[in-house]
Amino acid sequence: MTTQEALFNYCLRLADNHLILGHRLSELCSKGPVLEEDIACTNISLDLIGQANALLQYAASIENNGRNEDDLAFLRHERHFYNSLLSEQPNRDFAFTMVKQFLIDAFNYYLFDELKKSKDLTISALTTKGHKEITYHLRHSSTWIDRLGLGTDESNLRTQNAINELWRFTDDMFVMDEVDKMLITDGIATDLNIIKTKWQNTVNGAFEKANLKIPEKVWMQYGSKQGKHTEHLGFLLAEMQHLHRAYPGVKW
Amino acid sequence: MNSISLSIDEIRNLLSQIPDPEIPVITIADLGILREISIQDNTCIISITPTYSGCPAMKMIEDEIIKKFRENGVENVKINMVYHPAWTTDWINDEAKEKLRIYGIAPPEKSTVNKSSLMSETKEIACPQCRSKNTEMISQFGSTACKALYRCKDCKEAFDYFKCI
Repeated sequence: MTTQEALFNYCLRLADNHLILGHRLSELCSKGPVLEEDIACTNISLDLIGQANALLQYAASIENNGRNEDDLAFLRHERHFYNSLLSEQPNRDFAFTMVKQFLIDAFNYYLFDELKKSKDLTISALTTKGHKEITYHLRHSSTWIDRLGLGTDESNLRTQNAINELWRFTDDMFVMDEVDKMLITDGIATDLNIIKTKWQNTVNGAFEKANLKIPEKVWMQYGSKQGKHTEHLGFLLAEMQHLHRAYPGVKW
Repeated sequence: MNSISLSIDEIRNLLSQIPDPEIPVITIADLGILREISIQDNTCIISITPTYSGCPAMKMIEDEIIKKFRENGVENVKINMVYHPAWTTDWINDEAKEKLRIYGIAPPEKSTVNKSSLMSETKEIACPQCRSKNTEMISQFGSTACKALYRCKDCKEAFDYFKCI
């Protein structure tokens, strides 16, 4: 693998995490539990898709093979997407949506904070900008963990159920392979073990405060970095890519 | 190919008239979206930066810039999207902040977003209508990603607050 190939792959991972989570949040458009949340979730979706767009543009320029950001978003198949397993999980109830969001916001918050120092100037610029937006995302989802955990018995139960179900996808975010190792040596990528420690502290603290527990002895699921996904991604892509595939090159 | 008859300063004056599509009382220059103007090989190169990464107004701003040049007989225009340095609300000048307030949007406070914001500490935001500081946040995300929704507990009016970033 060349550095160029590793960098292309790394940018896809960053972009796909945002694109897929952004798409999931966009599903709440006009279906949010209250008007303010409908607006909040779709605004966060917009931030994430905007960041994904810039990262995919950069990925396309690295690949330099005639594909643009739209081709990468709408014409890749499931096995060529590298978003985390957690990001593709369906929204289900609002507790489920917010637990998923919080776990990923906290991951993005520390990852982007580290990537500001990347020796790759484009990654540094995009993550510096992105981090400012993600700070607001994390503040939003942290508030919900508090409210749902300390709300009623029902809201606490549902939030705990969501944590129990989603926890098996959390380790997948921190998997590192040759791509990471190569780029860490070059000062471009960041060591995900460092991110994991910070992430654990934030998540433990928030859950403890909200009277929520992390499940013990969970069988962890992996695979996103080899493009191996849960059954949910295919359906998501079918919807997200439909228009572009049915009407190639369509414009508003 | 027509040669460009406008100077950089003339171009800057021209583009500084373009209002922000979402907040038409301030211009793209007031907001700091317009970053750099240069002329190379008979082409105007205009660098702009998005406020938020997903700002849907950017495409419209690009179209407005191209339209403005066309009206002045210039066809060779290239728009360059830049991400560094990252846009900050600190670039909005005091005059523009006052225009925001009169329009009904509470302008951003001075300091940019930092780690203390994680603690959900809320700043005192003055109501743009009655200037009371007896206000509360309704939602962290308002009509656009760059604004939060607040309510004044004195005059009872809901208002947008331009978040610091």
